[in-house]
Amino acid sequence: MKFEKMIATREGFGEEIVALGQENQNILVVDADIGKSCKTGAFRKALPEQYLNVGIAEQNCAGVAAGLATCGKIPFVVTYAAFGSMRMLEMIRQEICYPNLNVKIACSHGGLTPANDGASHQAIEDMGVLRTIPNMTVIMPADAVAARRLVRAAAEFDGPVYLRFTRDKVPVLYGEDAKFEIGKANTLREGGDVAILANGDTVCLALEAAEQLAAEGIEARVLDVHTIKPLDVAAVQACVDEIGKLVTVEDHNILNGLGSAVCEVVAECGKGKVRRIGVQDQFGMSAPYERLMAMNGITVENIVAQAKALF
Amino acid sequence: MMKENLTITELKNKCIDLKKNVISMIYKAQSGHPGGSLSVAEFVTACYWHAMDVDPENPRWADRDRFVLSKGHTCPAQYAALAMKGFFPMEVLDTLRKEGSPLQGHPSMTKCPGIDISTGSLGQGLACAAGMALAAKLDKKDYHVFCAVGDGETNEGEIWEACGTAHKYGLDNLIVFVDWNNLQLDGTCEEIMPLLSLKKKFEAFGFEAVEINGNDMGEMVAALDQLMASKNGLPKAIIGKTVKGKGVSYMENQVGWHGVAPNDEEYRQAMAELDAQYVR
Repeated sequence: MKFEKMIATREGFGEEIVALGQENQNILVVDADIGKSCKTGAFRKALPEQYLNVGIAEQNCAGVAAGLATCGKIPFVVTYAAFGSMRMLEMIRQEICYPNLNVKIACSHGGLTPANDGASHQAIEDMGVLRTIPNMTVIMPADAVAARRLVRAAAEFDGPVYLRFTRDKVPVLYGEDAKFEIGKANTLREGGDVAILANGDTVCLALEAAEQLAAEGIEARVLDVHTIKPLDVAAVQACVDEIGKLVTVEDHNILNGLGSAVCEVVAECGKGKVRRIGVQDQFGMSAPYERLMAMNGITVENIVAQAKALF
Repeated sequence: MMKENLTITELKNKCIDLKKNVISMIYKAQSGHPGGSLSVAEFVTACYWHAMDVDPENPRWADRDRFVLSKGHTCPAQYAALAMKGFFPMEVLDTLRKEGSPLQGHPSMTKCPGIDISTGSLGQGLACAAGMALAAKLDKKDYHVFCAVGDGETNEGEIWEACGTAHKYGLDNLIVFVDWNNLQLDGTCEEIMPLLSLKKKFEAFGFEAVEINGNDMGEMVAALDQLMASKNGLPKAIIGKTVKGKGVSYMENQVGWHGVAPNDEEYRQAMAELDAQYVR
């Protein structure tokens, strides 16, 4: 499968947040000294009055954002996924989710994408950890177009949202006219033999796997499940009812991410089979991104193999 | 709304009313934190009846002064103030910590009118207060944010992170009160984590800080007046030396009265002692 353009989803965020800030002066960026890397540089330059940087103090960053939100601001807390989830976790729970405040946490370096940075910077638990907190919405866009659309959707949504972006370039999959709705999976390919549910940087792998399966006479439905909470339960149930064979793919620990969320729904359906592909509950290391993905079986070949194993 | 203009004597008596409500609600709930609620009572009273402009009819009024009880476990003091101000009926105080009550064991802004941010996990309220003060600066509003922090709570690193933000953004509309009653849950501050000079610490973080007797209403009002008038770009700290359990003899300076409710006899004695403290 040939993908023409490659853009990191953090770039999509960096672009859209400027447009949002220009449209609404209540939109703020609250950085914790990794703004350049998280692509808030253009916002800082264009909208200095709406730009805050509280230093390397993520816990305080979450609290300051909560305080700002009580006064009608719409703060985007920006940092790396490992810190924007776990370093400030209890502050997110206590001061953002419990009072259901309108704070967005927008994080680059999701999953294994900060490959050569090593395990400390590879957030493989973030989406699962945040999924368990009431009132939180958890999103990972698949490409730069999706990132722009979902950042806008998050800004328009009243409540806490976690957005996870890639450090590295990923293929552009969507056209400019693509539609996105929080909590609604996008069907990228129709098929009635097997369903592949993916998100983030694994959606392109799912599409490639679907092409290979088609060559062997197996038609796969491919869903971009960009929102793992609230999960598009109807879309998962439809996969169970209409197909009954599901493969989940994610750049996240197989525990408590997309695969777990899907399995929760499938288990309650009382029918259907699922194979999960994701990080194998192990820490990463400094290595090329493709190697790290391969070490965990997050590959086109393994998606094809797991899909076939369901027959 | 207009601020209330009470004399020091009237404020002292108001504070006794508040303390009696604190004891009464914890007694009826048979659960809560009397010691720290009593030590912070003068600050809470001086805020609500002297320093702050709030509207009980419109608790989310955008231009109001804010109050953040970072030491959220001492919420009986703030609940008493809110009821006495008319944010909700006095009878609601009897529902403290009961199922369905707006008066949660620790303050909830979505359940209780007049609570400006939910707290309860120590160390977090000051950052939220800084965010509120920062919003005032961004919107060019002149409200103040008052934040009560426990002495032991300053063990938390996030307190000092928040001080950095307060200084960087010139939040001279933020007034932190440290309730230095010198008792934490497990023992004295010296035993658990020595605090050294809190005044010097806050000054080192760029605050304008004063140290007072935090249970002396005259000193409290003078400190608030001085710091609220000081528009020098520096955030403010009142280091209040206080007595945990202040006003009830058997609770004073007793670490055991951190989170215990009085029994029938203790309740009667506490109310009688507080009654005797009214200034006629």
